[in-house]
Amino acid sequence: MAASQQAVSAQTSFTLDRGEAVPAVVGDPSYFLIIAGLSWSAKDVGKLTGEAPNAFLMGGGMGGAITMALGLALAQPERAVLAVFGDGECLMNVGSLSTVGFMQPKNLSMLCVDNGTYGETGNQLTHTARNADLEIIAQGCGIASTLTVHSEAQYAAATALLREDGAPRFVLLRVNDDPPRTYGRNFDAVERKQLFRRHLLS
Amino acid sequence: MNKSFSSQDNWADNLYDKLRSMDISLFTYVPDAGHSAMINRALADPDVTSVPLATEEEGVSLLAGAHLGGSRGVLLLQSSGVGNCINMLSLTNIGRFPLLSIVSMRGDYGEQNPWQFPMGQGTQPCLEAMGTICLRVETPDDVVPTIEAAVNMAYRSDQSVALLLSQRLIGAKPF
Repeated sequence: MAASQQAVSAQTSFTLDRGEAVPAVVGDPSYFLIIAGLSWSAKDVGKLTGEAPNAFLMGGGMGGAITMALGLALAQPERAVLAVFGDGECLMNVGSLSTVGFMQPKNLSMLCVDNGTYGETGNQLTHTARNADLEIIAQGCGIASTLTVHSEAQYAAATALLREDGAPRFVLLRVNDDPPRTYGRNFDAVERKQLFRRHLLS
Repeated sequence: MNKSFSSQDNWADNLYDKLRSMDISLFTYVPDAGHSAMINRALADPDVTSVPLATEEEGVSLLAGAHLGGSRGVLLLQSSGVGNCINMLSLTNIGRFPLLSIVSMRGDYGEQNPWQFPMGQGTQPCLEAMGTICLRVETPDDVVPTIEAAVNMAYRSDQSVALLLSQRLIGAKPF
């Protein structure tokens, strides 16, 4: 396929509504310990979980969500860990996928909410809107279990994949560039850290 | 007397043993010759998880996640890699996450590669600007007491602490 045709096909697949798609794909969020990357992914997860103690939401440190989740997965090998992050975050530290592929944590799932834009800064296009396929990049980093979701019919398969065991998993969820549902967020990272640790470790 | 570059006497072994005795079980690193003895010890240790990183800042966020999960770790990096960590130290700083880093210095005492000087000389000011406490180690006798202090500052007092291993200690790389 010519590069220009790939770009068109990528553009037309950004159609799902994130406010419906993220909850549908994650399923019961209490199944996981969750790290959410900054900006809209954090809002998706905060809205979904009501900021329950099993979710830590970043508000900066762009590019850190995948490795923060990896560190949590290595420290808690008996718990299922989920990283939720955007395409911009993933592109900024795409080498993190290679680090995950190297370590092969059995308990780590990744959900990339890919809207092809930097949403919070005015919907400027990211590379995924034109040329970069993060599912293929994840596969190339040694993450064998992957899925791209571009229709409601795939939600159940994605939910099941995130709950598989034995090797890290990567779901690319293609959504449109509408903003997430809003809610009043707690930006106090110390409080959120202490809540998370008290709930998990005591 | 100038040490040969490969000689790390016993200080690297003593440093490793002290880290292990203080429950440091997660070793994240971008390799450096100055850390090679410790990396080899970590890789050979069945009770340690060793994580080679694609870039140093991954270690900053990885160790924050490990802390959420109750594990203690260390980031091993060269001074040139400190620059790759700066924005991720926002997470450490604003969340008051403990962070223990061991930086092998370049662009420092006796350096023979001029390209190492900008980041080498910028290492301590950059770290301090982001709220990381720097402890310089110049002699083998300082290694163990300083790492013990650093682990306590990080994991008992929730501070970001970096040991800067001087080229006086590790030797200047000959070219």
